[in-house]
Amino acid sequence: MTALAPPKVPDLAPAPAPEVRRSSYPSAWLAGGSLGAVVLLALMPEIISQGGLVVLLNFFILLTMATMWNLLAGYAGMVSIGQQAFVGLGGYSVVVLAVNGLNPLASIPLAAVIPALVALPISYLVFRLRGGYFAIATWVVADTAELVISSVTALGGGTGHPVPGLGSLSPRTFGDVTYWLSLGVAVLALAVTYGLLRSRLGLVLAAVRDDEVGARSAGARVMQARRIVFVVAALGCGAAGALLAVSQLQVQPGSIFSVQWAAEMIFVTMIGGMGTIEGPILGTVLFFVLQQNLASQGAWYLVILGSVAVVVAIWAPKGIWGFVSSRLKFQLFPVGYLLGGRGSTGRRR
Amino acid sequence: MTWLNAIVQGILTGGFYALFAVGLSILFGVMGVINLAHGDLAVIAAYVALAMIPVTHLPAVLAFVVVVPMFAVGGYILQRTLLQASLDRDPFTTLLVTFGLSVVIENVLLEVFTSNTQSLNIGSLLFDTLNLTPQIPVSYFSLVMLAVAVGVLGALQLFLSRTGTGRMIRAVADDREAAQLVGANYRHIFGIAAAIALATVSIAGIAYGILSGFTPTAGTANLLFAFEAVVIGGIGSLWGTLVGGIVLGIAQEIGAQINPAYQVLAGHLVFLAVLALRPRGLFGLRAAT
Repeated sequence: MTALAPPKVPDLAPAPAPEVRRSSYPSAWLAGGSLGAVVLLALMPEIISQGGLVVLLNFFILLTMATMWNLLAGYAGMVSIGQQAFVGLGGYSVVVLAVNGLNPLASIPLAAVIPALVALPISYLVFRLRGGYFAIATWVVADTAELVISSVTALGGGTGHPVPGLGSLSPRTFGDVTYWLSLGVAVLALAVTYGLLRSRLGLVLAAVRDDEVGARSAGARVMQARRIVFVVAALGCGAAGALLAVSQLQVQPGSIFSVQWAAEMIFVTMIGGMGTIEGPILGTVLFFVLQQNLASQGAWYLVILGSVAVVVAIWAPKGIWGFVSSRLKFQLFPVGYLLGGRGSTGRRR
Repeated sequence: MTWLNAIVQGILTGGFYALFAVGLSILFGVMGVINLAHGDLAVIAAYVALAMIPVTHLPAVLAFVVVVPMFAVGGYILQRTLLQASLDRDPFTTLLVTFGLSVVIENVLLEVFTSNTQSLNIGSLLFDTLNLTPQIPVSYFSLVMLAVAVGVLGALQLFLSRTGTGRMIRAVADDREAAQLVGANYRHIFGIAAAIALATVSIAGIAYGILSGFTPTAGTANLLFAFEAVVIGGIGSLWGTLVGGIVLGIAQEIGAQINPAYQVLAGHLVFLAVLALRPRGLFGLRAAT
């Protein structure tokens, strides 16, 4: 009996590693272009009227909310209809902090953290349900939050509460500062989303989107990734709510906890393009164009928006940006991976 | 005695919530989708009944006879067009589409009927009560609605277990592809399920319009109550939904007894407690996924 000779392994030349890139253009372009846009927007108070600034402020508030909802639904697959819970809690946090002597403008970061802290225990409850049941459960949470806050007489009950401590500023300064704050929050929301999606977390989310069972079996910590997204979305919506409270000088539970916020953030994201960072931006622009032109027509703008969203969801689920980018082969905010050498369009994930 | 009264009234309300919830439960059971416009469809039924009365001069009670078949047909058509188109993509799309539908319905109703509170007047029928004791008045109308809820659940149970169409519905719900192999037309079956769901929700909607005032935005609260009844009772259990509705009704009445402002909140808190302590619900057959 002869000893078995070890099988001969042919000497293979190592295959050249495929080149993996994140975008089809140098990322310096993105950095430069974004910086230019932000600088231009920051100079707006010198260019346009105070009335125009208020429109832009509301634009940035909705953009922040839509970006957060897009992160939840478009990337993490969680359809929440209860983000107005965190909008409202952010607004009321400003009031509570201001009543206790903090400057309302300076308290916005802290006021955004409070809803995020509330979101963490809530995630353990609502994550027990999936899909449609998760959606309605978040809605119940939002309704509960509104009912609890409205029953606190110290916060004005159902009639709401003014935001104290803003009287010392001149209207002009107040308008400019709130505008810059809203711009800052929206830029931060976009930057955090972009950063998260380019990080390891983004990779987990993409894996879950493609094949959840596969991702789990490969060791991806799916629940943890979802929980981080849920808390970050509460943080962003809380900041948007805090800005709403400050810019409107008051909070009222029926309006700041209104499901209309959820409807608007959902519709603009769906129409613009879910699962892309550019989509909510485009959708929010369209929303404001529509709203400015239909302002005198009551609630019809929501009817039109809702109908368009339904049509888009069924027949063009990638939204307007999906349509544009698939033809131009271009993304403003590349978060995927491209396979292939320089110059080829690559395989887009 | 006021507490006992709260429990009796809660049971009556619970039957009513079960009637709301059964349609939600059927659509989820058969197609695996949640219809977020469910509550708004009920409100449409109430408005259709309201708009019909001055034209036909029928008593409001007879609205059931006209509106319920109308909704059954409407449900079949809605399923075969919009809902099937979204279902062909995925359940995720259906969720977004029904949410869009919900917002569109609420705002169209708001523009057409204004935000004024309306109600369906059935005259003295609503106020006639059976007095168990002087402190516990039981409205005949509520009693009839509880009986209707039990009757609808019983009829559905029989329909699903004893008839050929019922067996087809269960087969499609269990395994759509296998059911197709033996000749089931699942689109038609889905249409029938939606017809049943909308017929039941229109009964609930008209009853709601009779029992309390309604506004175009009342659908949201009804959707939440129906959903809570389903989850408390246990997803997938037909009779569990009735028990869930009763638990919810009692919780709300007891909350209202403490402070009228706590009525809805008490129901939400019981729902959240069930979610925390017993996520499968009281009679749940499977985890809520």
